[in-house]
Amino acid sequence: MNRLNYIIKRILQIIPVLLVVSILIFLMLRFIPGDPARLVLGEKATNAEVAAMHEKLGLNKSLLEQYWIYLKGILTLNLGDSLKYQRPVIDLLRERTGVTLLLTLVSTLFSLIVSFPLGYFAGMHKDRLGDHVIRTTALAAIAMPSFWVGLLLMIVFGLWFRVLPVGGWGATLPDQLKCLILPGITQSLMTSALLIRNIRNSVVEINLLDYVDFARSKGIPEGEVKNNHILRNAMISTVTLLSMRMAYMLGGSVIIETVFSLPGIGALTTEAIFSRDYSLVQTLVFLFALLVLIINLLTDILYSFLDPRVEF
Amino acid sequence: MENLLEVRDLKTYFYTQDGVVKSVDGVSFSVRRGETFGLVGESGCGKSQTCRSVLRLIKKPGKIVGGQVLYRGRDLVKMKARELRKIRGKEISIIFQEPMTSLNPVLKIRKQIYESFEGLNLSKQEKNDRAVELLKLVGIPMPETRLDEYIHQFSGGMRQRAMIAIALGSNPKLLIADEPTTALDVTIQDQIMKLLNRLKQELDMSVILVTHDLGVVAQMCDRVAVMYAGMVMEMTDTVTLFAKPRHPYTYALMSSLPDQSKRGSRLEPILGSPPDLGNLPQGCPFAPRCKFCRDICKKELPPLVEVEPGHMSRCHLKKDETNFSGIISVPDARGRKY
Repeated sequence: MNRLNYIIKRILQIIPVLLVVSILIFLMLRFIPGDPARLVLGEKATNAEVAAMHEKLGLNKSLLEQYWIYLKGILTLNLGDSLKYQRPVIDLLRERTGVTLLLTLVSTLFSLIVSFPLGYFAGMHKDRLGDHVIRTTALAAIAMPSFWVGLLLMIVFGLWFRVLPVGGWGATLPDQLKCLILPGITQSLMTSALLIRNIRNSVVEINLLDYVDFARSKGIPEGEVKNNHILRNAMISTVTLLSMRMAYMLGGSVIIETVFSLPGIGALTTEAIFSRDYSLVQTLVFLFALLVLIINLLTDILYSFLDPRVEF
Repeated sequence: MENLLEVRDLKTYFYTQDGVVKSVDGVSFSVRRGETFGLVGESGCGKSQTCRSVLRLIKKPGKIVGGQVLYRGRDLVKMKARELRKIRGKEISIIFQEPMTSLNPVLKIRKQIYESFEGLNLSKQEKNDRAVELLKLVGIPMPETRLDEYIHQFSGGMRQRAMIAIALGSNPKLLIADEPTTALDVTIQDQIMKLLNRLKQELDMSVILVTHDLGVVAQMCDRVAVMYAGMVMEMTDTVTLFAKPRHPYTYALMSSLPDQSKRGSRLEPILGSPPDLGNLPQGCPFAPRCKFCRDICKKELPPLVEVEPGHMSRCHLKKDETNFSGIISVPDARGRKY
């Protein structure tokens, strides 16, 4: 019951944050120099045409009124039409949000699969050869920019070995997952490296604590000592880092999707910005903010299960 | 009396970047059935590492490099990990100094206490009953509720009680208490010591009590080993130690205690500081601080020899030169009247 109250409280806390976000997005777009109507119509448009466009886009109304329309649109999911695609924004989101979420999920999964065993191994073999190799590799991975790694992977797996698609999107789920392997690896590289270092350091630190010795002194199997005492505690700081990285990877999809030509909302954001598609941009930025907040919410909830010291 | 545990020439070294630290350097002692054996000494003299070595809880860069730890005749140092697990918790348990860091913060007390039933083959109900019984035994009120709490919800004294309850889970024959009250205030300290004494009698256990507090030694122990720089300097029964210490270090420790009869006079400290275990001087490690130091003390390490029956001391001084007066007077050497 206590936890449920906590979760409800955390969900309610999201509302004011989203309101502030919506105001920021709205104002930022209005403060960008240049008239969107002129941009849409081109240089040769007459003043009358521009005025008509203002009327059509609602730009002749007061700021407050415009904001109200924008907010109402978000709440009712009536997000207007994309200028570039000439289609309802909501339809575009429906088609494309899934791709980005799947990419983030695959990247997260990759990072977890790689970082837990390696980080744990390095931590338990502190200052030995394996530890040094893992740490140096992780450091190198952090230093490499993701777009460059992406291109490199494309050359190796797409052109030399021809085992994986270099980009694009499949029609069926297995095909789509295949398309996500290289972007997923690229996207997860830095996260894995950061997680490895974090897990390694946590394990080193925790392994020195008396409760691990105390657990061992009970004569329980070493596997239980590792799982219940070392890893269980190492997970607490890891989850925090992972949630921050997931939010970061969502943002990183802007680059990765462009490099791998994936039809997600990251690539859509790039296109929308380049074509001054304001209604699309403001919805997309809002959507990203919402997703990050949801990730944070889930992390907090998970955290309350992992660490009993969290105050409800 | 039968020896339950016999430690022979135990050596535990730490291989650090600054060189080898000889934390435990040839320690020998034995613990008899039903007795409380004290290990006393300053911080960093190797008491705790000796205890951890007994259960092989030494972590890298530390290593047990020599000696034997015989539990009922079986050497724990050479034993396979599988076999050792049957000794840990079931035969020998350990409790640590700092109860906050010695219990896992994210597991319920119930889970941590159940872990100590490893090997008892209890049903769920039996586990619950035994856990409740153990918490009652160590004086934790409302055990049913407290079982499902976490360690941060316990006070310092209660944490130490919980740790003792967990250590007793599988009826060990020997409890190693590594400074169990150092982190607690004096009144709680007294309660915990009384509890340990009561449990020892009720459960027919032997106890190794590590402490730096001579008062605790006097109150609790049957026999004592005084450690310095990873070595045993003096070992005898408690009464003799306080009545007739034979080693200058023990004597110096006692002289540094406040004394009712000398009210108003200054305390007599041991000058200097404990030696660096990674860089011990040649000869007796206590020589640089010893008031009775001779030339030979700086050259040769004295052996631990029996100066009286059952009384060992590690010193170059001749027998008649070490007739130190203790802080208690005993009319007849073996009576427990003080």
